[in-house]
Amino acid sequence: MSSATTPPDSDPSGRRRVHSMLKLYYGLNEEGTAAEQAESLDPCDINGPHFDPEVYLNKLRKECSLGELMDHESCMVKQIRSLDSDMQTLVYENYNKFISATDTIRKMKNDFKKMEDEMDCLSANMAAITEFSARISGTLQDQHAQITKLSGVHTLLRKLQFLFELPARLNKCLELQAYAQAVSAHRRARCVLQQYSHMPSFRGIQDDCHVIMEQLAQQLRQKFRDGGSSAKDLSECVELLLQLDEPAEELCDKFLSHAQSRLEADLQGLEFIDRGCNEFVSSLCLVIASYQELFINRPQEGELASKNIPEMANGKLHVFVDTLAARYFSLVERRIQEEKGVGDNSLLVRALDRFHRRLQAITKLLPGSAVPSHGTEIVVRAARERIKQYLSALQTFYHDSLTDVRQALAAPRLAVGGASASGELLTSLSNFILNQLKSVLASVHLFTAKDITFSNKPYFKGEFCSQGVREGLVVSFIKFICQSSRQYCESAGDRGGSTPPALLLLLSRLCLDYETSTISYILTLTDEQFLVQHHTPVTPVTALCAEAREAAQKLLNHYVKVQGLIISQMLRKSVETRDWVNTIEPRNVRAVMKRVVEDTTSIDVQVGLLYEEGVRKAHSSDSSKRTFSVYSSSRQQIRYAPSYTPSAPMDTNLLSNIHKLFSERIDIFSPVEFNKVSVLTGIIKISLKTFLECVRLRTFGRYGLQQIQVDCHYLQMYLWRFVSDENLVHFLLDEIVGSAAHRCLDPSPMEQSVIEVICERG
Amino acid sequence: MGFRSLRVFQARALTAQTAETDAIRFLVGTQSLKFDNQIHIIDFDDENNMINKSVLLHDAGEMWHISGSPADKAVLTTCYSKTSESRVLTCAAVWRMPPEWESGSHESPDDSSNNPQTLELLCHLDNTTHGSVACVLWEPLGDGKRVISLAENHVLLWDLQESSTKATISSTATLEGKGQLKFTAGKWSPHHNSTQLATANDTAIRGWDLRSMSQIYCIENAHGQLVRDLDFNPNKQYYLASCGDDCKVKFWDVRHINEPVKCLEEHSHWVWSVRYNHSHDQLLLTGSSDSRVILSNMVSISSEPFGHLVDDDDLSDNEESQQEDKGKEPLQDSIIATYEEHEDSVYAVEWSAADPWLFASLSYDGRLVINRVPRALKYHILL
Repeated sequence: MSSATTPPDSDPSGRRRVHSMLKLYYGLNEEGTAAEQAESLDPCDINGPHFDPEVYLNKLRKECSLGELMDHESCMVKQIRSLDSDMQTLVYENYNKFISATDTIRKMKNDFKKMEDEMDCLSANMAAITEFSARISGTLQDQHAQITKLSGVHTLLRKLQFLFELPARLNKCLELQAYAQAVSAHRRARCVLQQYSHMPSFRGIQDDCHVIMEQLAQQLRQKFRDGGSSAKDLSECVELLLQLDEPAEELCDKFLSHAQSRLEADLQGLEFIDRGCNEFVSSLCLVIASYQELFINRPQEGELASKNIPEMANGKLHVFVDTLAARYFSLVERRIQEEKGVGDNSLLVRALDRFHRRLQAITKLLPGSAVPSHGTEIVVRAARERIKQYLSALQTFYHDSLTDVRQALAAPRLAVGGASASGELLTSLSNFILNQLKSVLASVHLFTAKDITFSNKPYFKGEFCSQGVREGLVVSFIKFICQSSRQYCESAGDRGGSTPPALLLLLSRLCLDYETSTISYILTLTDEQFLVQHHTPVTPVTALCAEAREAAQKLLNHYVKVQGLIISQMLRKSVETRDWVNTIEPRNVRAVMKRVVEDTTSIDVQVGLLYEEGVRKAHSSDSSKRTFSVYSSSRQQIRYAPSYTPSAPMDTNLLSNIHKLFSERIDIFSPVEFNKVSVLTGIIKISLKTFLECVRLRTFGRYGLQQIQVDCHYLQMYLWRFVSDENLVHFLLDEIVGSAAHRCLDPSPMEQSVIEVICERG
Repeated sequence: MGFRSLRVFQARALTAQTAETDAIRFLVGTQSLKFDNQIHIIDFDDENNMINKSVLLHDAGEMWHISGSPADKAVLTTCYSKTSESRVLTCAAVWRMPPEWESGSHESPDDSSNNPQTLELLCHLDNTTHGSVACVLWEPLGDGKRVISLAENHVLLWDLQESSTKATISSTATLEGKGQLKFTAGKWSPHHNSTQLATANDTAIRGWDLRSMSQIYCIENAHGQLVRDLDFNPNKQYYLASCGDDCKVKFWDVRHINEPVKCLEEHSHWVWSVRYNHSHDQLLLTGSSDSRVILSNMVSISSEPFGHLVDDDDLSDNEESQQEDKGKEPLQDSIIATYEEHEDSVYAVEWSAADPWLFASLSYDGRLVINRVPRALKYHILL
């Protein structure tokens, strides 16, 4: 039962526990220790350090049954036995190790003894060495001081050598044109020379150097004066000269004058904006930049600071830039003025854009300069000029297309069909003009494109759009069309020969179309494209329309006049050249009357192609059959019925005058309306009035009167259909026959039936 | 506004009685192929606003042109057409009015059968070799001894001798050229000692020097169509007015004939007659076959371009009764009035020789209208 005190152990973990306990014993700290200590606080843990056998036994006796106690006891005995045997093996093993360790220690003791002896020997040696060394350094002391002194002398000597060699070196630099080296060398020596200048030998050197540097400065100046060197060389030169204490003001002047001569050389060769931009402006910028680098932005040091260079230099620079820019601008302007061709506007705009953009660079370099604003002015002027050119180009185009139309009108002169194309001609003409105008607008629009730098200038936003494009271009062009149309009425006016009547008619319709739609269309288009904001008063659409209408009216009036005149001339010649007293009895309608009817018909066709029909007054049922009241007393009469008896001349007059009192006054050359009937009425009025006046100047025989009767009846048959009020034709023809009767020596009229037969026969 | 009209026959010929400076008197020659033609002497009584008419017989034929002598108020010339052997020829003759024509003057217009007196023939301006006469012109301001007749393309200068009973041609000029040239009108210039003449043929106006009978200037294409009449400015020696079938009235400075000085385009048909006022040359009268007579005020090219300085006080005194306020208008060329009393073509207009503010116009239907210059304008010009 005593064995119960041995703690029970399980076999697999037994060995490890033994190891760890040994480790504990030797003070080897393992990571598991802390945990084991924590575990072993339990007094019932048989492996723990705080194990209390009493507590453990009491606990077992309380908790376990007898059988269990028996089992536990046997297990415990088993464990104790295995522990004992483990213990024996360990002790045995450790004994051997301990023996070998003791051997090793003994051996070490012997070795150390030997080492101690060697160490003693070494320290004796070292002492000897130290003694020797001290003795050597004692002997070398003197020589060391001497050497230091010698090396100081050597440096001094080298410096002196530099000084003495300086003139030669400078000369050599001069020869090799290594000015920068020379100047830096001289600068290094300058102070020393200055300091020791009281000693004659140094003085000599200094003088020599002065001479050489003078020479060098001379050379630099020479180089400076020479045109050939580049801007970079030049700035280098100036920099060196500045370091040589050259007066800054003079240098400024020289620098600028030199740059001027070079830039002017540029200007002379300058022909295109492109080159101007690339070469002149960029080299100008370069000059400005280097100048500023040299004179203005240079950190102020030494005596230079007192001279207040930047202000002076700046002033000079402004003057310089301004004069050069002025010359450049005049060249550019001349070049732009030469730019007359209106074919491709984009090139010009691009060129102007580049020009403008380059000048902006100057703004950046030289904030206060007036150059960029001048440049903008040039662009503005160029734009204005351009608009003018476009206007004149449009005008020429208009004239050209009119010439084309005129040729087209003249070409197919097939009696009636000649005018058939006039409708198409009109549309093609107005389309041509409109397209041309549109393309011009598009070209001009480039000026205001977003990617163009100057398009956001106030001029291009406001005035250019409203005054320039709208007023100067579009409105002027429309006005020009009206005006040139009016000129056709005036210049060609008198004989009516130079302008073909068909052209007048066509232009009249063109102007009328403009009045009704085209003008407002064009102006709306312009306003939309250019976003015109009307700061200044602009020509209203209505005024333009009124002008166009006036032109149309004038042209149409003139057309009527010209056509009337042509027919009038035929009638007049036919009346004036005939001997009416001795003519033969009429058998036919005279050819001229047929011609009149033919011409009137063709005019009717011509006008009908371009103008609407118009309003007529109601016709009587058989207008062509109507007879002349003067001679047909037998028929029903609405009007007066005079009888040609010698006793009653006053009656005739009276009745005729009463009739006139009640009929409206007829204005012969009066304005016509924009329709076919009105035009034709005008022409016929003019013709018949001429006929009347001519008849009144002649004297007729019997057959003369009868011929007039026949002619008038023929006209009556055909002309009524063309006019708005057939009574007008009747009235005028009555007047003609009446006047012929008055002017007749033997007034015996022809029978109405005979007249009708003759007329119907043709 | 004086407005008087009377019906005669159809008529084209009208003249003022040039030598008469007291009475306002116009002569009208009728044009009829069927009846005896007459010369109507129209007297206008300005004070009573009355018209008196006397009739003299002109049995030679219908009259195309009539012209009164500047020296003897009883002497006149007519151009009349004569039909012989079915050929119509226009002849010219100098006539004297019978001294006692006034005794039988107070007859009604319709009483033409009441044996009117006949004109006394002084002499014929014999033109059988030269063709039809367009017009006869008296020497202006002359002694009534020299006349010019324009016959076809000939200018004939006549001397009237033995109290105008004998006419001899003193010199002639002939217009040569292509085609059948024919003078349509002419005017003897009152300037340069009456040595210049202007004629119109077709569209051209020509000036002639009567001493050498040669052409001195020629305005080709003066009008677009036929030139119908011309008149010299009585106060400006180089200025003349012309009118024609292009409905225009043009003013010329004969020293610069390339362009007219001014051009009026107011009529709507041919302009047949143009007359400067004899004393106030800004007043211009035109008659046209649109049946209108237009009185224009051409201040800018008159001899008084600045007018008279008008004093406001005077003006208000004189124009108190005037409703129209034309006197105060600035001096500008303007139409003063358009007279539309006529119903047929007006072929002749004429200023009165006695009263510079009165004029007559004659239309083809025989209506003669006498009008006055508007009083406001008259005072404006006078004051």
